Amino acid sequence: MAQAELERLAAQVRRDVIRMVYQAQSGHPGGALGATDLLVALYFGHMRHVPQPFSETGIGEDVFILSNGHICAAWYAVLARSGYFPLSELATFRRINSRLQGHPATKEKLPGVRVATGSLGQGLSVGIGVALGKRLLGDPHRVYVMLGDGELNEGQIWEAALFAAHHKVDNLIAIVDRNYKQIDGDTRAVMDTDPLEAKWAAFGWAVLSLREAHSLPAILKALEEAVAQSNQGRPVVLIAYTTMGKGVDFMENDYRWHGKPPNTEEYARALAQLPEVLGDF
Amino acid sequence: MRPRYLDTGARDTRSGFGAGLVEAAQKDARIVALAADLMSSVKMDEFARLFPDRFFQAGVAEANMIGVAAGLATVGWIPFVGTFANFAAGRAYDQLRQSVCYSGKNVKIAASHAGLTLGEDGATHQMLEDIGLMRGLPGMTVICPCDYNQTRLATLAAAQWEGPVYLRFGRPPVPNFTPVEDPTFQIGKAQVLLTGKDAVIFATGHMVWQALQAAYALEEEGLEVAVINLHTLKPVDTETVVEWLSRTPVAITAEEHQIHNGLGDIISGVACRYCPRWVYRVAVQDTFGESGKPNELLAKYGLTAAHIAQAVRQALARVE
Repeated sequence: MAQAELERLAAQVRRDVIRMVYQAQSGHPGGALGATDLLVALYFGHMRHVPQPFSETGIGEDVFILSNGHICAAWYAVLARSGYFPLSELATFRRINSRLQGHPATKEKLPGVRVATGSLGQGLSVGIGVALGKRLLGDPHRVYVMLGDGELNEGQIWEAALFAAHHKVDNLIAIVDRNYKQIDGDTRAVMDTDPLEAKWAAFGWAVLSLREAHSLPAILKALEEAVAQSNQGRPVVLIAYTTMGKGVDFMENDYRWHGKPPNTEEYARALAQLPEVLGDF
Repeated sequence: MRPRYLDTGARDTRSGFGAGLVEAAQKDARIVALAADLMSSVKMDEFARLFPDRFFQAGVAEANMIGVAAGLATVGWIPFVGTFANFAAGRAYDQLRQSVCYSGKNVKIAASHAGLTLGEDGATHQMLEDIGLMRGLPGMTVICPCDYNQTRLATLAAAQWEGPVYLRFGRPPVPNFTPVEDPTFQIGKAQVLLTGKDAVIFATGHMVWQALQAAYALEEEGLEVAVINLHTLKPVDTETVVEWLSRTPVAITAEEHQIHNGLGDIISGVACRYCPRWVYRVAVQDTFGESGKPNELLAKYGLTAAHIAQAVRQALARVE
């Protein structure tokens, strides 16, 4: 897909996120805006995936798991715009009887979701299991797992990091959404995880850093480099330096937008920065 | 003449799991297994030897092991994870809740060394709360077989069951008295081992043998006591439980578990709803265990045939 088209998609997904969270008057806009470019690049420019018919096993295609499930507004918008389910369903986000749960779930059978996430720290382990399962089957496709950087506080992440290196799970690419923000503040104030590259390297992973995590060409190039590093006996992690709240100036780099919807006035200010480019849901 | 169940030689239930796992894997190539540095204790070494490509050592990291199993199940494999009951149900509870049950993953949890009879390792390892934790999870099937033969059969049945299963068994050799092949063993179907009109004992796991011995002792006193093996704690066989509650004036439950949230609560719940009866509970009385030999612990914490027989007498005195 052409770069201009990817950029239009990213712009529209940001607008979708703000509209979903505003309409639900609940959700997590900051992280969702920050990861939008990564998700658009993965789904529209990188992964080999099949939206219809959706296969829960993911055999014969790349599999994505959003371990930091709370930023699902952006993921849902990307899934809908990829054709996994009708765009109109985004209006049901976080409402009763919806398939678009507050955190991703499989119980309601939303196409695109293969495991429930939300309680943090669990998605990397599940991704490793999917990757091992593909290896046992001889399926050459890869598994991508997105992790929040606050989520890296969870001990299970490091259990998983040990396991993946020990078992040479090299068809797995983890992407850390490194925005230096978690609920209670800056990660360096709440629970410092620096130096992050050195930690993953010490655990036996191939480590890539992406400083321009909002440039779609730079993201696509980094993902290609991650693929080049895969299948070489080591799991791969891409640390993407994102800006929480990217695209809405008053949300950028402000940890208070982790899990708060905008009010009417804030909503108008946000939408003024996010013009409708591909048609609203 | 009521049947006499005979001990064919004491064996540990965990070895029944190990044997069942190998047989299940020979029948179904989708079965894989993971262990958390307790492969030998949980008797998964033969599986690992025979199927090295289908076995994954996870190290002392149970939360990750459960997650990896959920991922393998997503692709269509049938993973058995083996560890001690405490580290499965207790330590990795949230992983079982979100990555397995809420996500609807076909993962089998082999929970060994459950209960006081783990013995000398003491209360840190003596899991007595797991039935309550696991039966509270939507979609989880909970099975606690009574001896070696039944644990083997339960493992084979769990492999064919669709959905998550918590299979609870123990460490020490215990009397092996059920048949090698037992068509009456079905997940979700209670087994009527002894019929009787004076009282009914509902027992699970290692306590089934103790319940039989209690019933035989009470025969000497002229009492005819029924013994029901409730190997499946969820889904509970309501029909059989109600039938035997209605046939007898009092019910006694016997479990190697805390008095809260286990078999006693399960039977009381059925009795409250369908057939009110006095329900007397033989269980650990809201306390932690300690180090000791299995039989010493069962005696000290009130989980022997003698304690069950005494509970029957007390219950009957109450209703007379």
